Amino acid sequence: MELKRVVVTGLGALTPIGNTVPKFWDGLVNGVSGAAPITHFDAEKFKTKFACEVKDFDPTDFMDRKEARKVDPFVHYAMASTHEAVLDSGLDFQHLDTQRIGVIWGSGIGGLKTFLDEVSNFANGDGTPRFNPFFIPKMILDIAPGHISIKYGLRGPNFSTVSACASSTNALIDACQYIRTGFADVIISGGSEAIINEAGIGGFNAMHALSTRNDDPATASRPFDKDRDGFVAGEGSGTIILESLEHAKARGAKIYAEIVGGGMSADANHITAPHPEGLGAKLVMTNALKDANLSVDDIDYINVHGTSTPLGDISESKAILDLFGSHAYELNISSTKSMTGHLLGAAGAVESIASILAIKNDTVPPTINHFTDDPQLDPKLNFTFNKAQQRKVQYAMSNTFGFGGHNASVVFKKYEE
Amino acid sequence: MSDIASRVKAIIVEKLGVDENEVTPEASFTNDLGADSLDTVELIMEFEKEFNVAIPDDQAETISTVGQAVAYLEKNVNN
Repeated sequence: MELKRVVVTGLGALTPIGNTVPKFWDGLVNGVSGAAPITHFDAEKFKTKFACEVKDFDPTDFMDRKEARKVDPFVHYAMASTHEAVLDSGLDFQHLDTQRIGVIWGSGIGGLKTFLDEVSNFANGDGTPRFNPFFIPKMILDIAPGHISIKYGLRGPNFSTVSACASSTNALIDACQYIRTGFADVIISGGSEAIINEAGIGGFNAMHALSTRNDDPATASRPFDKDRDGFVAGEGSGTIILESLEHAKARGAKIYAEIVGGGMSADANHITAPHPEGLGAKLVMTNALKDANLSVDDIDYINVHGTSTPLGDISESKAILDLFGSHAYELNISSTKSMTGHLLGAAGAVESIASILAIKNDTVPPTINHFTDDPQLDPKLNFTFNKAQQRKVQYAMSNTFGFGGHNASVVFKKYEE
Repeated sequence: MSDIASRVKAIIVEKLGVDENEVTPEASFTNDLGADSLDTVELIMEFEKEFNVAIPDDQAETISTVGQAVAYLEKNVNN
């Protein structure tokens, strides 16, 4: 069976450094940090008092007030970035076969705020169950693609992918496979996350996963810096519209890039710690290259997982050196989490957008907040520290690794006929 | 309008996102005010909370219009 080519025809982003794709890209190339003291709740008693929040956001710009009240923030975010992507794509659903248009959406946790609020109400009551009838449909993770399908009338494949911080990369890979194999013409893919609340920050704090650099939030996310001390929680949403090349051409769509392959693997090692030698990370990149029929020398840029945790950054660097050999030194590597924070289940989508725009603009966004070299890292690797770099980007890879040992990577290519 | 009626109206306007002038005594939650079955359950719960009453399910099933809600509450709420 001949696989169809799959291209990117629409983008939408709601991020801590910009609420639209152009503003997001502007923030990336200018090295803007999205970190600031937490405003979503009173974090006074928490070890970490800052995060990368979405700013100046009003869900009623994207949903009517009644609908907005019945969904969790992770769905507000999904609707916002999808609104932008649909407009951007020029898709006119009225005149398309909507049974062949699907939504595959990732999130790490789903409606955590809803869960927290409803269970708190119950715990603070007299034991009488007074759960809101919207509790379950607000909380469940798959309600995001459900709402997107309802809004646009899309009757094709519709579900969620869950693999913690790899969730939305898995969504993209699935979307690509369904289009390649002819099960759908268009899939709205991506992911959203909204965990900056007491349960999210408290939970990650308890794992010692978050940076506690409370005196200087803007420099707290410092991947590959010697003094990195954990990730910075982020939130938001990224939407990527994937479409078969033939369908895109038939409607004269604008094409950002081609998605040429995806890889998946598991560490099979520990629930939260990465494999110390980066075996799962090496395997997932190997699988992505194999799926794309590429050799290591083809890759120009890797948007790494690079969360700014002491262990994760080392193991990912080892995996890159091990797999790419001498070509590792020709790569541009960067962690845009230095600016956006870690968007968890939305990271794959938002970072894939960064990778696609790097290809489109031949510009690699930086890893900001580099102050001190880490002696454990090979100094010949180019982490694109502190300043964006211009270079031809023909192929870009985006890596994501999730708690549970899930790894997923995708490869995008500059579009050519 | 009674105190109960105006509080009922305020809840409906808030929860269903409708205009105040649509909330007439004859208006049906589902047919006129755009509520689905879950909205209706939520409305009943809001009435229970606001007026500190417990509305049994078999009674709740008989409340489908604004007027029926007001009548039920006027009869069962101790002012």
